[in-house]
Amino acid sequence: MRTDSARQQVLVLYLSSSALDSYVVGWARYDGTGRTSPTTGDSDEPPYETGVAALRDGWRLFQAAQLIPPYPGREYDVSFLKHEFFFERIVDASAP
Amino acid sequence: MENRQELLSSVQMARFVARGSLRLDAVVPAELNAEGLRVLADDVPPVPYGTPLSAAYPEGSFVRRLLELPRVAGALRSLVGPEPWVDHHFVHTREPHGGDAQALHGDAIIDVRQDAFDVQLMYYPQAVTLEMGGTLSVPGSHLRRTNESDTGRYQNLRGQDRLVCPAGTVVFLHHGLWHGGRRNDSDTLRYMFKIRFNPTVRQQRLWDTSDLHDPQVNAELDAMFPWYEGATGRLERYNRILLWRALTGDDSYDLDHWVTRVSNRPRGKTP
Repeated sequence: MRTDSARQQVLVLYLSSSALDSYVVGWARYDGTGRTSPTTGDSDEPPYETGVAALRDGWRLFQAAQLIPPYPGREYDVSFLKHEFFFERIVDASAP
Repeated sequence: MENRQELLSSVQMARFVARGSLRLDAVVPAELNAEGLRVLADDVPPVPYGTPLSAAYPEGSFVRRLLELPRVAGALRSLVGPEPWVDHHFVHTREPHGGDAQALHGDAIIDVRQDAFDVQLMYYPQAVTLEMGGTLSVPGSHLRRTNESDTGRYQNLRGQDRLVCPAGTVVFLHHGLWHGGRRNDSDTLRYMFKIRFNPTVRQQRLWDTSDLHDPQVNAELDAMFPWYEGATGRLERYNRILLWRALTGDDSYDLDHWVTRVSNRPRGKTP
């Protein structure tokens, strides 16, 4: 693959626990090739059942959410999804 | 506005507390929907923030008659009580094959009230198909402490609700519910009319409580949604129990001991 035609595709998976082999509860995709335009509410079916299933399909993990203890006094609050995993795949944008 | 009202039941209220929304399918008759489409196309003149409901819309106007429908009026009264303020209203349109999907968001700003809530009425005058990009909402997201569109990174969540509904459907949302207008991939201009209401009375036992002890109340409050992480799902139930306590005035209410267990701090000494 030529470096000037290499583009990044990003997959974000939200998992049911901090374990990478736990099941997917949410997802988002971004496509650096411009060939697809994923957006909010475009699918009801997750692309993978677990985080590990994405690895097995060739996605490379490059960031995982840290485990942060709750703020004292706010232990029962609910907010953002906690278990966020970023994956990437480098593709050749010049390939047909 | 004291016309006939069909109040919600306790089971319906419990479902609202768990899901953060209440949907009334085809509650508006066809002739009113036809009129509604014309009215919304011309827009609805704004009202000042905080206008009492009885002063917001003229007698006989379309919006007034919409809100006087017995099931709509009863749901509104059950949720926020008599004579709420109209916070604001807005006619939302999604152009055919135009525009982007909105990022998932909660309206206004972060709002962490635990013993009060606003509701947003969403009225759909026409049938909404999946292709038309009906409102996306996430059941059970209303108690999350997030600010407006900071949730925009979440494109899809398991169990999300992509609204498909018959004409004349009205949905009431808790103010915190994550939602967004989806991209309209159809040939049809889509309308949605939204009104936000602020309560002016304490929101306690405003509905028909004759079924308060129906076992289905607990079943509704115990609902889990597919997008919840296992551990956080338990906290969701904890927070729902607190909201149900506030709405019923029953500080002893619990579900599977979730709140009692972690607030038990005996002070008595061993005899």
